[in-house]
Amino acid sequence: MRAASLFIVLLIFWLLLSGVYKPFLIGSGLAVAAASVFLARRMEVIDHEGHPIDHAFKAILVYWPWLIKEICISALKVSKTILQPKLDINPKMELVELSQKTDLGRTIFANSITLTPGTIAVEINKNSVLVHALSEDGITDLNKGEMDSLVSKLE
Amino acid sequence: MFEIATLCLLVTLGASLYRAIKGPTVLDTAQAVNSAGTVAVLLIAVYGFLSGRPDFLDLAIIYGLLNIVGTIAILKFFRFGNLGDDGDSVQKAQADD
Amino acid sequence: MTEILNLASWVSLSLGGIFCLIGGLGLLRMPDFFTRLHAASVIETLGAGLLILGMLFQSGLSLTSVKLIFILLLIFFASPTATHALARAAKVKGIKYFQKEGDND
Repeated sequence: MRAASLFIVLLIFWLLLSGVYKPFLIGSGLAVAAASVFLARRMEVIDHEGHPIDHAFKAILVYWPWLIKEICISALKVSKTILQPKLDINPKMELVELSQKTDLGRTIFANSITLTPGTIAVEINKNSVLVHALSEDGITDLNKGEMDSLVSKLE
Repeated sequence: MFEIATLCLLVTLGASLYRAIKGPTVLDTAQAVNSAGTVAVLLIAVYGFLSGRPDFLDLAIIYGLLNIVGTIAILKFFRFGNLGDDGDSVQKAQADD
Repeated sequence: MTEILNLASWVSLSLGGIFCLIGGLGLLRMPDFFTRLHAASVIETLGAGLLILGMLFQSGLSLTSVKLIFILLLIFFASPTATHALARAAKVKGIKYFQKEGDND
């Protein structure tokens, strides 16, 4: 089931990138997609981590708009800090609790932290993530737990 | 309008190359090269539009892929001294010594 | 309609360029390695996002815009990975992070 959906996704990817719709090129697209799915099956990477299509729509429709809003807000904050004549920074490195149970959830959480300017996930383990923040605010915002609960809902 | 974006990107590329040359440690250089790569991807895309040839976008995609692989390879090489083994086996080898 | 699209594209391309310049300035001004990573992530998020948005307004609905979206997704997925790898390498190497003076606890 997951293999079939991976095949369709790969075929659509090929067709969008190629842009030339002749029988030979569509045929090679089919062959390449089938070969990739065969290899991925042999490597046993088609699972909920390698091809998380069942989370994808929820993530795109619910989580991404919120994440983009957060990114814009914190990028503006960091730009303001850079543009000040005298640098007013107070970097902190602290542990932040996380509540995700799967590796996929923890990866999404750490990647979201790093994607947001002003905070970087430095190290991650089972219950917490070590965050470097440009100012105290970044850590305080993460400790409020809004991003954490939104990512937990995605799992 | 693409001229302005191209100019801004060229200045940013210059800034990151300055950091790559001056950066006190190897990691500063790796980081500056990584952001120079991101800027170069955008520069290729914008230049494609500036010269009216959006085919350049394919080159931008390839450059982006090479950029991430290159950064990870450099970091792995500086940490372990080779590219072949995965991290765990190397750490085990160091622990056995 | 074309006028509005041109104006929107002009505004977002210029804003994207300005955010890239701010990120570049941050790369030059910031005092240590970790803070420079924060400056670089401004280029990779708002700078790249606004520039690609401006080009999307110009290309309209076509295969070109699909490729632009692929570039944006590639940058958004790859840059945190590279940033995390760099930060972790610095932590393992034992690079001290910059702290405000009189705040060394």
